[in-house]
Amino acid sequence: MQVNGYKPLIVAFCCNWCSYAGADLAGNNRLNYPADVKIIRVPCSCRVNPMFILRAFQRGADGVIICGCHPGDCHYTSGNYYTRRRMALLFSMLDYLGIEKERTRVEWVSAAEGAKFAATMNDFVETVAALGENKRLEDLRCKK
Amino acid sequence: MRKVSLDKLDQLFAGIASREALYLPVDTAAGAKFERWAEGKQLSDALNTVRSPKDFFFPQTENLMDFKMEGKKIEIIDTRTESEDFVIFGVRGCDVKSFEVLDHVFLSEPADTYYKNRRDHATIVSMACLKPVETCFCGTFGIDASNPEGDIVCHKTADALYLDAKTEKGEKLLAALSDLTEEADAAPVEEQKALIKERLAKLPLADLKADAFGSGKTDEFFDAPEWKELSESCLGCGTCTFVCPTCQCYDIKDFNTGHGVKRFRCWDSCMYSEFTKMSAGQPRLTQLERFRQRFMHKLVYYPTNYDGLFSCVGCGRCVAKCPIQMNIVKVMKKLGGRANV
Amino acid sequence: MQEIKREILTAKAAELLENGTVTRVLGWKRGEFDYDVTPAVFESAAELEEGFVWNDFCGANFSKYLIKETAKGEGKVLVFLKPCDTYSFNQLLTEHRFDREKVYAVGVPCAGMLDISRIKESAEGVLAVRTEGDQVLVDTLYDGTLTLDRAELLPDRCKHCKSKKHVAYDELLGEEGEVLDSHRFDEVEALEKMTPDERFAFWQNELSRCIRCNACRDVCPACTCEKCVFDNPESGVENKAAATSFEEKMFHIIRAFHVVGRCTDCGECSRVCPQHIPLHLLNRKFIKDIDNFYGEYQAGAEVGSRAPIVNYTEGDLEPGEAVKRGETHA
Repeated sequence: MQVNGYKPLIVAFCCNWCSYAGADLAGNNRLNYPADVKIIRVPCSCRVNPMFILRAFQRGADGVIICGCHPGDCHYTSGNYYTRRRMALLFSMLDYLGIEKERTRVEWVSAAEGAKFAATMNDFVETVAALGENKRLEDLRCKK
Repeated sequence: MRKVSLDKLDQLFAGIASREALYLPVDTAAGAKFERWAEGKQLSDALNTVRSPKDFFFPQTENLMDFKMEGKKIEIIDTRTESEDFVIFGVRGCDVKSFEVLDHVFLSEPADTYYKNRRDHATIVSMACLKPVETCFCGTFGIDASNPEGDIVCHKTADALYLDAKTEKGEKLLAALSDLTEEADAAPVEEQKALIKERLAKLPLADLKADAFGSGKTDEFFDAPEWKELSESCLGCGTCTFVCPTCQCYDIKDFNTGHGVKRFRCWDSCMYSEFTKMSAGQPRLTQLERFRQRFMHKLVYYPTNYDGLFSCVGCGRCVAKCPIQMNIVKVMKKLGGRANV
Repeated sequence: MQEIKREILTAKAAELLENGTVTRVLGWKRGEFDYDVTPAVFESAAELEEGFVWNDFCGANFSKYLIKETAKGEGKVLVFLKPCDTYSFNQLLTEHRFDREKVYAVGVPCAGMLDISRIKESAEGVLAVRTEGDQVLVDTLYDGTLTLDRAELLPDRCKHCKSKKHVAYDELLGEEGEVLDSHRFDEVEALEKMTPDERFAFWQNELSRCIRCNACRDVCPACTCEKCVFDNPESGVENKAAATSFEEKMFHIIRAFHVVGRCTDCGECSRVCPQHIPLHLLNRKFIKDIDNFYGEYQAGAEVGSRAPIVNYTEGDLEPGEAVKRGETHA
């Protein structure tokens, strides 16, 4: 995915039980999504500390997406419910600091939703590509 | 002695700025702050800037060198560049003295080239303090706020700014500004000096004495029981250290950029629990020891190392800024700093 | 002016020391000037008589000191708590941070504490400060005695005081107050109404002044980790100074996030900031969002309550919606 020659770097935190399997399914079904999405597998979406998100931006990510099991389907019963509250508050705070709200997203993707995984990533990459490079949470030292 | 009328200050600043970078204190909503002069920026009359001018020579963070890794090769990149010439205008007497304190540390052999580079390129224009306030105690350390040190010394009266060159550097700058200034009689300056001296004598902390402290007094104060009470409510934050014009401790760290390493130094504070941490842990385990370190350094260790010179200049920033209002004045008084106690 | 006199507090403290209820007293100690009051531990009536102060500069919240003080061993400690301090007191009890049995809490009414930096904006060389009714008389070095409007000298946290009611105490001195309609979210709302570019510029400007002295963290009654992640060399994010504007933002976002649902909005962070960064506006945004998204919640209002950040319902708002709600709610 390119907009005026610019390719965004996306970090996707995927829970081990649903979304990571969803990504696998997308691959098995030969569904395309941009290679600029770097997946980091986490045991549960609630493992994602706000610091992980900020550090992803620091290290050059242009967008960060967190994928977990659908609410009610968490492997650990309630982890994703906590994710939902934490990220609602964190994203609202980032918006309050004037950081583009389109750069962060939470999506629920089950192991059976390979198509949704690919579609979500395509859509997210497109959204972030339209925004351009992450400037507001960049760390100049990490630029090449 | 030269002078320039106050309504022509802007021309003077423009004149300096056309030769070299000019920094001066300007008022902001959060207090006075040194900024690079540009058309329209006014010289602040504030006594102290919130951050001291030590930043000019010893910035809070500074990149020292870069390492670039390619395969098994490591390339070391020297990031130093020659500093531009610059003028710091309106430095108060206490802060000018702080440069001397820092110089002893950074310019003693082996000299710190990063510091020296900036120091060599700076011209200090100091300003006498017409209205010292209750938190001022520079006199305790032998500093004369009515007649500060510096390359050029300024006195600002109701209608004019008087400039007097004290060093070769100062004379050079003043000579270059001769079109913008005129020859002046020293009488108004002498008059102001006398007025300031009178005001200094009336300050609430005018009788604070440092005589009890100084070189070689470590044993006398190290185990003083008063440290417990004094440090009792210390939060262990670094406010006093970071607003202090003479605190000069730093840490050197590596930052992994993902494609190399940046080696940088940053201010550190002896109030912090991780200060000078070694493989065996921290040498100062409790806040009492950290608190003691800071004041012993200012009042005893530093004078021991540098011919009795104290590393406090009485600017009063810590007095104004400490979250729990514990400061060097209270420490000195408690430990017997008052001459007649 | 504070409603009750210093003598009432010292008499109470002396009485409790005398009858053995407590062995020491956490109080405010006189400094060089009227305004530089330091938290201190008093152990006798004589010490109280000599140094104890109760005036318009007793802003320090003692709740956090109780962690250290109660760990010292035997005997109870007497602590004086202003209404806002009692919320922190409860919150720390909720988190099991000190032993309630070792504390004797005395509630004191508070008429708001003055911000010395506001006084110094109009007074050069402050020699003495006295309050008379709605006015503050300031003796200065150069301009004689100035008369200032007390309401103008209150810090933001007192201007928008959320409660005059004590939510915890063993004994109360003076009259009990009410929870107030504080308008404390007005400033947050004003920021929300700005464009993202304006908000970014606002925070960039404010946070760029940060010198990472950690005073906000070290004074915060909710920041009681034994080892802060920003101090821990093993954490990978330890930084003693913010080397870039990113690090300034990271520190303050993470710090504010870490006290979500635990911050009682006592305002100590903004009080102690040497650079006058309005840090309470970060915490209040979280409090306002919690109220909007999950129902009103005041940390520390009662002991043992479960904060919304460690709770959930099946029908909670989605993060994408939350961001939109934050906007439309403005």
